[in-house]
Amino acid sequence: MAVLVVPSLSVRDARIAFDGHLVADRLSFDAPAGQTTCLLGRSGVGKTSLLRHLAGLLPGTTRAAPLAYMAQQDRLLPWLGVLDNVLLGYRLRGDEAARRAAEPRARALLAEVGLGDRLSALPRTLSGGMRQRVALARTLCEDRPVILMDEPFAQLDAVTRLDLQDLAVRLLAGRTAVLVTHDPLEALRVGHEVRVLHGSPFTVGTVIAPPGPVPRDPADPALLALQARLIRDLRGTA
Amino acid sequence: MRPLITALGLLAAWELLVRLTGVPTYILPPPSRIASVLVDRFDLLLEQAIWTGAEMILGFALGLALGAALAIVFAASAGWRRWALPLVIVSQAIPVIAVAPLLVLWLGYGMASKVAMAALVIFFPVVSSLYDGLRRTDEGWLELARTMDAPPRAILLQIKLPAALPAFASGARIAAAVAPIGAVIGEWVGASAGLGYLMTQQLARGQTPLAFAALFVLCLLGLGLYTATDRLLRQLVPWQSFQGD
Repeated sequence: MAVLVVPSLSVRDARIAFDGHLVADRLSFDAPAGQTTCLLGRSGVGKTSLLRHLAGLLPGTTRAAPLAYMAQQDRLLPWLGVLDNVLLGYRLRGDEAARRAAEPRARALLAEVGLGDRLSALPRTLSGGMRQRVALARTLCEDRPVILMDEPFAQLDAVTRLDLQDLAVRLLAGRTAVLVTHDPLEALRVGHEVRVLHGSPFTVGTVIAPPGPVPRDPADPALLALQARLIRDLRGTA
Repeated sequence: MRPLITALGLLAAWELLVRLTGVPTYILPPPSRIASVLVDRFDLLLEQAIWTGAEMILGFALGLALGAALAIVFAASAGWRRWALPLVIVSQAIPVIAVAPLLVLWLGYGMASKVAMAALVIFFPVVSSLYDGLRRTDEGWLELARTMDAPPRAILLQIKLPAALPAFASGARIAAAVAPIGAVIGEWVGASAGLGYLMTQQLARGQTPLAFAALFVLCLLGLGLYTATDRLLRQLVPWQSFQGD
């Protein structure tokens, strides 16, 4: 694997608006290099907008570094099999040597997300959860220094979700990751830092850094106490 | 099975109508008579059918290729789009039938003018369906490709083009259905062979049953082209599920 130069991400005094609706104004936010930051907030608060801002996908924005972006929708190409979907970035960039080099990684990732036996299956033959796992494998296969993920585990059952959180933590190690979620426990399990978004236009709350290495044990009483606090926080700012 | 029963019922009604009213054969021949002509003149009909079939298939292939190429050029280049797309749209105001005599004048009585005619008729549905499909690519896929640093060429060939194939397939089906019209119009205007030519010639001579037999074979040809195209397109777009099959 190539040595990655891992940057931090930062937003200074940004303004996000769509169709005259102000999502955020004078927004400042930092995601530390090589760590996973979880954005937590209720639906519609603007988590996805902030993520898209970081990805350079909003008008007038540029991205800070090469990145992999996983949207809420799986965005699998229906005419490609599972393996080819995971290798899509390499196919599009047209670098055949890199694609061949990445293929064992893609296969290993698919095996880890439990789809090692469905390599040539077309997306329409897969369930929603399986499709999301392919999208996750595609995102992690990109091998980028910055990874942005929008509710990557939303469609998974509880057990698979825990497994894939562990997998993601392992593969995100050493990269700068921002992960959007509306599940406080998920944020506390995988995030080095958790930031709560609230208000309209939204503001980003102070850094919450749960103790201990990720992935954290969901049964840890300290974590559960923090979860209770986060839920109170989220409810109180409806 | 049911359409076959319906068709047989209609044929029986037709036969009955002719027998009861005593319409002369040169106005409306009964199906039994047409069937016997089909058998008796099989060699002639086959020969003409091969000729017309070749015109249809060549015209279809040419129109499909040109239409697809132009749609891709329009999708890839804003310059071409601005300079040539309005012309393609305006060209549809010209009645194709009115152009047929000119094509015969320029390309002669042989096969070329009919191939050109068929290609001309199907050109527009192919261009417009594929171009439309190329413009309506799912925004999420394009976004994904951009975050992956895909060059524009790869986005066109690997994302937009396959995504537009279902739209192209609709255009190609319409094209397969109208390609025979182009070929036959060409033959009516001026030809020395083909089923359309045979029809006009035999109608002028009062040989209506043979003209009907030629029409029947023409229908079979059109049906064959459509069915073959439909089968091929389903192979081309296997990820699309067809409802109501």
